[in-house]
Amino acid sequence: MSLIIKGGRIIDPVNGRDREGDLLIEKGRIVKIGKSLSGDRTIDAKGLWVVPGLIDMHVHLREPGYEYKETIESGCRAAAAGGFTAVACMPNTDPVNDNGSVTDLILTRARSAAVTVHPVGAITRGSCGEGLAEIGEMAELGVVALSDDGRPVTNGQLMRRGMEYAGSFGLPVISHAEDLDLCAGGVMHEGTISTRLGLRGIPSAAEESMVERDILLAELTGAALHVAHVSARGTVERIRKAKARGVPVTAEVTPHHLSLSHEALAGYDTNLKVNPPLRTEEDRQALIAGLADGTLDAVASDHAPHNIAEKEVEFDQAAFGMVGLETSLSLLLQLVHEGRLTPVQLVERMSPAPARILKLQGGTLREGAVADVTLIDPDLTFTVDAARFRSLSSNTPFQGRELKGKAVCTLVRGKAVYSDPVMKGRKRKVT
Amino acid sequence: MAWGKRKDLLGIEDLSREEIEAILDTAESFKDVSLRKIKKVPALRGVTVVNLFLEPSTRTRTSFELAGKRLSADVINISASSSSILKGESLKDTAWNIEAMNADILIVRHVAAGTAHFLSRVLNCSVINAGDGAHEHPTQALLDLFSIRERKQKIDGLTVAIVGDIAHSRVARSNILALRKLGARVRIAGPGTMIPPGIEAMDVEVCRSLDEAIDGVDVIMMLRIQKERQEQSLFPSVREYSRFFGLTRQRLKGAQEDLLIMHPGPINRGVEIAPDVADGPYSIILDQVTNGVAVRMATLYLYSGAKR
Repeated sequence: MSLIIKGGRIIDPVNGRDREGDLLIEKGRIVKIGKSLSGDRTIDAKGLWVVPGLIDMHVHLREPGYEYKETIESGCRAAAAGGFTAVACMPNTDPVNDNGSVTDLILTRARSAAVTVHPVGAITRGSCGEGLAEIGEMAELGVVALSDDGRPVTNGQLMRRGMEYAGSFGLPVISHAEDLDLCAGGVMHEGTISTRLGLRGIPSAAEESMVERDILLAELTGAALHVAHVSARGTVERIRKAKARGVPVTAEVTPHHLSLSHEALAGYDTNLKVNPPLRTEEDRQALIAGLADGTLDAVASDHAPHNIAEKEVEFDQAAFGMVGLETSLSLLLQLVHEGRLTPVQLVERMSPAPARILKLQGGTLREGAVADVTLIDPDLTFTVDAARFRSLSSNTPFQGRELKGKAVCTLVRGKAVYSDPVMKGRKRKVT
Repeated sequence: MAWGKRKDLLGIEDLSREEIEAILDTAESFKDVSLRKIKKVPALRGVTVVNLFLEPSTRTRTSFELAGKRLSADVINISASSSSILKGESLKDTAWNIEAMNADILIVRHVAAGTAHFLSRVLNCSVINAGDGAHEHPTQALLDLFSIRERKQKIDGLTVAIVGDIAHSRVARSNILALRKLGARVRIAGPGTMIPPGIEAMDVEVCRSLDEAIDGVDVIMMLRIQKERQEQSLFPSVREYSRFFGLTRQRLKGAQEDLLIMHPGPINRGVEIAPDVADGPYSIILDQVTNGVAVRMATLYLYSGAKR
């Protein structure tokens, strides 16, 4: 049974394509791209963008160990609803993904999931920062990167060794960069707002100092460094300078850091308590500029589901993090509507870039490629309703917010894993 | 006077100048109740007031308790150490259970900033912030302003110095906001480690030393230094702190006759304030405590009418 995606705006940055056309999909692959194609089934994509399947390279699926917050199954359904055809999941599970058996468990559970799951393995055992994890074993099973995400690797020598060892397996190292001592007890950005609210702050220096260290180590070892969730303008500057002198560094930024600043915390909404914290408006503007000029290579949600019991508590006690898979694309589309990002740039940062960084198949719509495709309606307005999230958790600060633009259909290997109700009128079977 | 629109008193930051003055004016009329032989008026008869104090307190809790009782309210005191919070019951459940017993007003003190905001979202009854971490202690600022106004007849145009651990002080934050709203100029001073980043955005003058801060001022507010801060490397020793930031008689040479010296209490005699200064002619520390009851009576009275 062949499928035609008809008349959409095909945006394929890798192949320099941004024009109207048809996609023919057969047996899970893109067979032809052209005009006036025909097939057994048709999806009318008029007015929609047809893009390579979006990839979220930083999500927390919480399984094994924290299934009350999210499971691989629910997290992948959330990803599909958000327009993602693949995700990379972080190893801070329980037990930590620091050896083959946990990697194997994740991959096994992922086999029946809606989207493709690429596990990230820990750099150190238990992510405790004391000794190397069984990186080779995990590499053999298919981890795509290494990270102690949730924690930094404080010991410089160990981070260096982790980078060198990862290098032998061709794996990038994703750094969650923070100086834990400078962060101690902090719950939001250190600045005028934390002073007004009486909350302990985390200064930008806590992130910048560690990013600079990691950049120097990447330079020393030649390892591929990827900086997770950049939050400070000084960090953007440092990455820009490092790239200019040829350091193998890439970086990502979250939709919430691109959309919010610390001023939003005035009501003590714990859904805004994130690590790294939301910083000033100047930082936010620098992040947007950095994403537009490519200093920040990719958008990654850092989807961090937490149970109500962990969020509906005093601000100091609340867990850090917000969910993001089901709002990520829509928040980025707001930047396109505001003229801060072009459609081609948006697609590039959310599909080919993560594919390139993690050396994944995907990020492209060329003939012969696996048919991971996302259909986006850039003008569809909707109101964020966490009660209707596929995620098991609802810790989002965007509840009730009206957004314009969302994914309306997500195809993984040619099969629709998500279809917005608006798609009903667009599907036709030719008998 | 149009009152009743606010359900909760979460901080000075939400109050307008007019609202602050309304509370102070109301407090004036309640002050003499405490001087009568029978210290009672029926204003809040039948109203249930719960003091939920999850952080230690002498003054504030006793003050709110007396304020409630002098208004004829039914007052209950709950403290962390004798409640099911020790069994791990959450704050939200604690508050909901209290509200389920039809409490009208919940007065809450907690070590975490934002607690009063959190409770105001989950409760229908009135929430009064008696101190949430380092954020605000609105009734303290109100009684401090009342005490100044009592002596000086006005707040506009006065210069007030607040000295000590500003970074961790809810009293400092609430007072800075209240004093600025009523037209006073505010100077702050303390060791560099205790001046919070961006405090200038609250429209205060940051002074480098105690002497610079108190030179020619009308009012000095001293803040308590907590011993724990020494362990956090915020100051090296009590000896050094009191030498550079302790208010002594010698430092007050040349002070104007009608200078007011204040302290929210409890005082560390000999550390941030010398005993003879605390007990001396400029000190109105005990007047603050007396006025606290009147101001809290006014607060309870005004916020009891604002039920949803």
